[in-house]
Amino acid sequence: MNAFAAIDRRALALHLAVIAVLFVLQFVLPAYHHGIMARILVLAVFAMGYNLLFGYTGLLSLGHAMFFSAGLYGAGLSVYHLDWSVPAAFGAGLAGGLVLSAAVGFLALRTTGVAFLIVTMMFGQVAYLFTLYFTDWTRGEEGLTLPQAARVLGPLDLTDPTTRYFAALVLFTIALFVTLALVRAPFGRVLVAIRENEERTRMLGYDTFRNKLGATIASGVICAASGAAYVLLFGYFGSSFAAVQYSILPLLWVLVGGAATTLGPLLGTILMFYLVDLSNDLLNSRFPDWDVSYLGIVGVALVLLILFFPKGLLGSVRDRWVRWLP
Amino acid sequence: MTALVETRGLSRRFGGLQAVDGVDFTLPEGEIRAIIGPNGAGKTTFVGMICGRVAPSSGSILFDGADITSMPADRRVMVGIAYTFQITSIFANLTVEENVTLAAMRRHVGRAGQRYSAAELQDASLSALERVDLQNYASKTAGNLAYGHQRLLEVAMGLALEPRLLVLDEPTQGLSDTEIEGFIELVRDIGREATVLLIEHNMPVVMALAETITVMDRGRIIAEGTPEAIRADRAVQEAYLGAPADG
Ligand SMILES: Nc1ncnc2c1ncn2[C@@H]1O[C@H](COP(=O)(O)OP(=O)(O)OP(=O)(O)O)[C@@H](O)[C@H]1O
Ligand SMILES: [Mg+2]
Repeated sequence: MNAFAAIDRRALALHLAVIAVLFVLQFVLPAYHHGIMARILVLAVFAMGYNLLFGYTGLLSLGHAMFFSAGLYGAGLSVYHLDWSVPAAFGAGLAGGLVLSAAVGFLALRTTGVAFLIVTMMFGQVAYLFTLYFTDWTRGEEGLTLPQAARVLGPLDLTDPTTRYFAALVLFTIALFVTLALVRAPFGRVLVAIRENEERTRMLGYDTFRNKLGATIASGVICAASGAAYVLLFGYFGSSFAAVQYSILPLLWVLVGGAATTLGPLLGTILMFYLVDLSNDLLNSRFPDWDVSYLGIVGVALVLLILFFPKGLLGSVRDRWVRWLP
Repeated sequence: MTALVETRGLSRRFGGLQAVDGVDFTLPEGEIRAIIGPNGAGKTTFVGMICGRVAPSSGSILFDGADITSMPADRRVMVGIAYTFQITSIFANLTVEENVTLAAMRRHVGRAGQRYSAAELQDASLSALERVDLQNYASKTAGNLAYGHQRLLEVAMGLALEPRLLVLDEPTQGLSDTEIEGFIELVRDIGREATVLLIEHNMPVVMALAETITVMDRGRIIAEGTPEAIRADRAVQEAYLGAPADG
């Protein structure tokens, strides 16, 4: 692995330490948080896939729910309707993400900037409408639940909380090191170059379209892996996962944690998840009959963040203190 | 000597404006050539077509005998054409070394068709920086360099591509006199191994470097010859050199 040679020791040690902490957490977390963390680990993979395109390549997409859903539906439908095994269904999810991101990338990358944002959002909406339109198979908004018996991986029962946490951690670890290797490899450096100055990159001899397409596909497949794992581990899939809200969430997570940092997506996902959770509890307990939305608190948090950490938490940490952070 | 670059009837329109108008041009391999001409003469557009940044409206371009008229810009870099922008274009947020490494990386992966080692890549980057005397700035953020140094960095990126043809679009614009002196030395040095096509307004620089001068005006070549011949040319004086002071 040539790319791994380029990862310096400090970065490698930091990433291994993060994995170790996540591993140990499993034994100390109370049941409730244990379940939330498993979900966060899977969704952080979604954020990492998004980060590859948004953070590193500088392409702002608002349609990434479709890649997550490609994995979600690819895996979910093949288990539900075809009785596929978990590994085969996971493969179907990845294949769905691969095909969709290649096709969408090929078309959408003819545009840049705001037009790219709009085109990806439109493709995302089309994907969402598909999940509603084929309601005979998908049950639309209502969605489908995978039978517990189908969610086994050899001797492992994926509905068991401990197994589920480990499965989520394994996926997260793979995605983290794949991202780390990608962004340190020549490919990742070219993506950053494209983000910084596309015309200059082209005039250094790089086919920027092909590199951006490669980034879109890598991003799409990672997001699909997250979607596939989500349905296999948590057993439910429905149209709401394909709605535009699920395209905005990974953007928020990445912005909060730090765009173009390998660990930012995890941090952002954890913070936003708990922020929403806590503000919901707080509002419900303090103002039981006000029926106010948690969105207010989330909004205030985001404003504070942008004021004090404009590049996201880890992005600002890198700028100010830890220059070697990948 | 064989022609490294040849254009035939090369033209480019922008709406109603004929920016480049049927240019036949030949550049022998190994030469340092200057293109001069008043503002808006079409110089940048002309070399932009050679580099692939601007698509011609008509005409053709040959590089080393092969027709490259419809070859995309990035492929032209791979066959040996490097370009430095009239308006400095670097990766301002990346380090000086990373700027050059991105160029060296392409050169090493692409043309040789084989992978490089990290050490080779670093050698290539640092030696390109040494040639423009920026090796002490390698770890600085490129955008924080003084303007003259940013221009030199862009030249270093061109050098790291190890081009056969280096196109420099007004490289001395905004440089101090001492910087310009160093720059003349640098281009002479580059000229020993590559063909140089230099767009330049600074006449002392042109006179010091160019073996041949091509003069453009309103999209056409109006004169071509040795520096002495160009200095003496009436048409050139009218169009450009000795133009009566108009303000
Ligand atoms: N992309 C463009 N769209 C429209 N007009 C353009 C474009 N690029 C150049 N032109 C016009 O074409 C003419 C030639 O421009 P060009 O930049 O090639 O001139 P130049 O000789 O390089 O001038 P200068 O010495 O000022 O750099 C100018 O009138 C310019 O306004
Ligand atoms: Mg010009």
